[in-house]
Amino acid sequence: MSQPASNGTARRPRSSTQENPWVKWLLIGIACLFASLFLLVPLINVFAQAFSAGLGGYWSTLKDPDTIASIRLTLLVAGISVPLNVAFGVAAAWAIAKFDFPGKAMLLTFIDLPFSVSPVVAGLMLVLMCGAKSFLGQWLEAHGITVIFAVPGIVLATMFVTFPFVARELIPIMEDQGREQEEAALILGASGWQTFWHVSLPSVRWGLFYGIILCNARAMGEYGAVSVVSSRIAGKTDTMPLRVEKLYQDFNHPAAPFAVATLLALLALVTLGLKSYLEWKNEEEDESG
Amino acid sequence: MRPNRSKGTKSNPLPGFGITLGFTVMYLSAVVLLPIAVLLIKSLSLSWSDLWTAATSRRALYAYGLSLGASFVAALLNAVFGSLLAWVLVRYRFPGRRFLDGLVDFPFALPTAVAGLTLANLFSANGWFGHYLTPLGIEGPTRFGVVLALTFVGLPFSVRTLQPVLENLDKGVEEAAAILGAGRLRTFVSVIAPTLFPTILTGFGLAFARGLGEYVSIIFISGNKPMETEIAPTLAVARLEAFDYSGAIGVALVLMAFSFALLFTLNWLQGWASKFQRP
Repeated sequence: MSQPASNGTARRPRSSTQENPWVKWLLIGIACLFASLFLLVPLINVFAQAFSAGLGGYWSTLKDPDTIASIRLTLLVAGISVPLNVAFGVAAAWAIAKFDFPGKAMLLTFIDLPFSVSPVVAGLMLVLMCGAKSFLGQWLEAHGITVIFAVPGIVLATMFVTFPFVARELIPIMEDQGREQEEAALILGASGWQTFWHVSLPSVRWGLFYGIILCNARAMGEYGAVSVVSSRIAGKTDTMPLRVEKLYQDFNHPAAPFAVATLLALLALVTLGLKSYLEWKNEEEDESG
Repeated sequence: MRPNRSKGTKSNPLPGFGITLGFTVMYLSAVVLLPIAVLLIKSLSLSWSDLWTAATSRRALYAYGLSLGASFVAALLNAVFGSLLAWVLVRYRFPGRRFLDGLVDFPFALPTAVAGLTLANLFSANGWFGHYLTPLGIEGPTRFGVVLALTFVGLPFSVRTLQPVLENLDKGVEEAAAILGAGRLRTFVSVIAPTLFPTILTGFGLAFARGLGEYVSIIFISGNKPMETEIAPTLAVARLEAFDYSGAIGVALVLMAFSFALLFTLNWLQGWASKFQRP
């Protein structure tokens, strides 16, 4: 991100396109103060509150069977919904970025829809679609499948809210790359699958990883849509965010929700770390050619 | 399109168009379009007067008002602080810049339940901030808390929208302004700010849209009392939990109408903003 031009001018005393140093440092100061109070302190607070009941209290919340069940459910839900959305994202990016067809703009708008539907409304839609009163719900029930207030509903809700992440990330990158490389590979005798696997996929890999980690972070942290379609039974249909809220309602153990929240905060930190790493990797590749 | 000159799939030697497009359309229909269609069909089967009463009850109107008002104030705060952060991150080099840059994405990566939890705690009477603010009459579980939570979740949108545009801004224009005798402030107000304005407005719109849909952090922070701190999504859930389906659908339709109107405005805004990016 460092631009040689701005670095060059920084060494000169003060060029015509730079602010008074006082203004500069005042702006930096305000930005840093705002960011620390508004972003850093809330993060530190999660950990401080979690350990306010001591290490013993922290472990006993995490070792609670209901907490462990919520961790398992969150991993299961992310484990199903993320790969499906990745498969969709890659297929959609391939079709949209490499081919021209009528209705492409409309398809793109449809892919973005879940971003502009409130997660709560998304949950409500699923209840209407697969609930006990609906046609589909009754048919599924007759075949022994309960969707709403059970795990399949949570998976569907998560799939809905994390739907666009991978596709949105991949489409612009694949469009940028055009199709010359793939055409060359095909002329040289590669099969379609080989072309995709050895030419297209490696060139978008950082974007793909980036999409996956964002999709995963959202899938594990989703609350709104999931809370509507979950029966919220501890140990059965509580995901980690739902578990945090439930522990929060218990005023006798104020540190307990924070203990589970530290795990989600760590997820956020790992996501951010990976994201910075991928950006750095991407820049490095851009520079080397 | 004339068949002999079509530049579509015919002259494109790449394989897999049919299968990938087929899968895309099928998956999209099953996961996204079908649920939306069910909501719309269901709402058609309800009586319009029921829906209208549900969607325009006093409690509902208050909830929309708070949702729109709080999102607006939060987006405004984000436009100010987000632009400041973007400016500082792009234009200045200082120790800790990379860290600050990473920190901006934090609200995006942090599950909103955790954001709500920690903000509620910070501004509670015993919290680190509430300890000082409560005696001043600034309390967390109020409309102030709602604005706070929405500002938190919307911040990355305004920073990340502005940042790339600011990076690509042509310095030559600023130099020209300086040569023509404009001071730094004058250059900023008459040259830089107008160029950035459409982008800042886009970021504002994105943060606003994010705020309208937000639900979780509000439950933690505001205690969501009807006619006081209840926002539209919490009202929809409250009605759903009371098995008042038409009431919930009414609110849901209004919320969807808001977000689609916003989506179209944003698309138009982004088109407008992109005209300013290349001189």
